[in-house]
Amino acid sequence: MRLFAHQLRTEQRLYWRSRESAVFTFIFPLMLFLLLGSVYSGRIYGVPASQALLAALLAYGCVMVAFAGLAITLVIRRESALLKRLRATPLPPATFVAALVVSTLVVFTIQVVAMFLLGRAVFGTPFPHRVGSIVLIVVLGVACFAALGVGLSGVVRSAEGSSAVINLIVLPSAFLSGAFGPTQHYPAFLRDVGKVLPLKYLVDLTNAVYLHHHAFWSKPGAIGVLAAWGVAGLVLAALKFRWEPRES
Amino acid sequence: MTAISVRGLRKSYGPLDAVRGVDFEIETGEVFGLLGPNGAGKTTTVEILEGYRKRDAGEVAVLGNDPQRPGPDFRQRIGVVLQQSELFPNLTVREVHRTFAGYYRRPRDVDEVIVLVGLEEKRDTRVKHLSGGQKRRLDLGVALVGDPDLVFLDEPTTGFDPAARRAAWEMIRSLRSLGKTVLLTTHYLDEAEQLADRVAVMREGQIVRVGTPRELTSAEIDVEIRYRRDGEEILVRTSEPTRVLHELTSAAVARGEELERLEVRRPTLEEVYLALFEQEEPAE
Repeated sequence: MRLFAHQLRTEQRLYWRSRESAVFTFIFPLMLFLLLGSVYSGRIYGVPASQALLAALLAYGCVMVAFAGLAITLVIRRESALLKRLRATPLPPATFVAALVVSTLVVFTIQVVAMFLLGRAVFGTPFPHRVGSIVLIVVLGVACFAALGVGLSGVVRSAEGSSAVINLIVLPSAFLSGAFGPTQHYPAFLRDVGKVLPLKYLVDLTNAVYLHHHAFWSKPGAIGVLAAWGVAGLVLAALKFRWEPRES
Repeated sequence: MTAISVRGLRKSYGPLDAVRGVDFEIETGEVFGLLGPNGAGKTTTVEILEGYRKRDAGEVAVLGNDPQRPGPDFRQRIGVVLQQSELFPNLTVREVHRTFAGYYRRPRDVDEVIVLVGLEEKRDTRVKHLSGGQKRRLDLGVALVGDPDLVFLDEPTTGFDPAARRAAWEMIRSLRSLGKTVLLTTHYLDEAEQLADRVAVMREGQIVRVGTPRELTSAEIDVEIRYRRDGEEILVRTSEPTRVLHELTSAAVARGEELERLEVRRPTLEEVYLALFEQEEPAE
C-alpha cells in the first residue's frame, strides 16, 4: 500500500509535468468542447447543442486520457528502457500497473469535473442529475480504454510512431462513434462501422445518463460491449505487452 | 563469501549461441570485470544474473538466489545500470532519486547519493536537460540509492569523452570503498585494468582467460621476428629472441646472405588482447 501510494504520486507528477500528455490528452478535449460548442447552435437530440456536445466529448476525453495517453506513455517508457529498469527494482509489476491505471482514473475524473464546470460557465449547461451513474461511466470507461491502451502499447513498435498510430485510430473512431457530433446523417455503411467501436457505446451511455437522465444500468447492451472490448484489451495486453525495448 | 557463482551457463537465441558454457565466481566486495568485444555474450550473461533472461543450462547463484526465481529480498539487494536507459525526462535529478528510493525498504539518503555521483549542482535540473555523461551518473546514483550489496554496471562509460570516463572511474572506485560487490562489463581494456580486481576475458560466448589485470598482462609475451626470404615474409614468434636471432643471423652470415627487412619487435599489450579475441581458440 505504501508502494502503491508512492507510485501513484509519482504517476500524477509525471502526468501533469509532461506537456505532451497534459496538453494533448487533458486540455485538447476541453478545447474542442469550447470550439464546437461555440460553432454549433440550436438543438441536437432534442437538447441544446452544447449539452449534446458535452456528453459526446466526455467520451472523447476518456479515449484520449485512458487510451491514447496511456498507450503513448507506455511505448515511450518501454523504448527508453525505463520499464526494463523498473523491473530490476522491488516495485512489483502489479503495483506499477495499478498505480498507472488509478492515476489515469484520477486525471479523467478531474477532466470530467472540469468539463461540467466549463460547460456551466460558458454555455450554461446543467450539472448531471445522476452523479452516481456518471461515476460508474467514468470507472467503466477508464477500465475499458486503459485495457485497450495497454494492449495497443504492446503492438506499437517505436516511440516516434506511437502518436501517429494512435491518432490514426482515435480520430476516425471519434467521428464514426459520434464523439464529435451526431452520426444520423452519415452513410449507412459508416454508421455500421461505428456500431462495432467501443467509443460509440460510451457515447450512448453518456447520452443516456446526461441528456436523458437514465440510470447507468438502463443500457446493459452498451455496458456489455464496453466490457467485451475491455476483455479484448486485456487479452491483447497479456499476449503482446513487453517490458523491454523492441530492438533488444 | 561468494556473491555470484556461475557454472556451465548457456544461453541461445534461436540459432545463435550467445553464451556457451561460462564459469566464474565473484567474491563479496570484489570488483569483477567482464571484458570482451561486442557480441561476446557479456550483456546476456549479466542480464541472466540480473533476472531479465532465463538460462538454457547451468547453475547460477546471485546473493544466494536463483535469479530466475528470486526471493523477496533479491531486488532490495541489487543495483542495476543498464547499457541504455532514459529515466523520467520530466523529473528533476532529486525527484528521480526520491522516486527510486521509495521502492526500497532501507534507502540511502538521497542528497548523499547525489553528492556521491557528483550531480549536486544539477539537483533541481530536469533529466531531459542533462548531458549524456550526467545521465549515466544519474543511472549510477539511482542504482545506489537502494543501498544494494551488489551493483551491475553494463558498459558504464561507452560513448564518454576521456574526461568523463576518468570521472566515472573515480566513482566506480568509490563503490569499492563502500564495500559493494561490482560486476562490470566493458570492451575497453584500460577500463578493466583500471577498475577490476579480477577480469574475465570473454569471446564468442566463452571465457578465454580469468585473472587479475596484472596476471593477464604479465603473461609471457612472445617477441616477433620478421624478415623476407625470396620475396616471402617469414614471421617467427619466440620467447627466446636472443638465441633464435643468433641462429638466424649466423646461418645467414655463413651463407653470405642478407636477411631482408629484418625486424624484431615486442607486441603491445593491446595486441596481446586483440590476439586473445581474434586468434586463440577458446579454451574448452
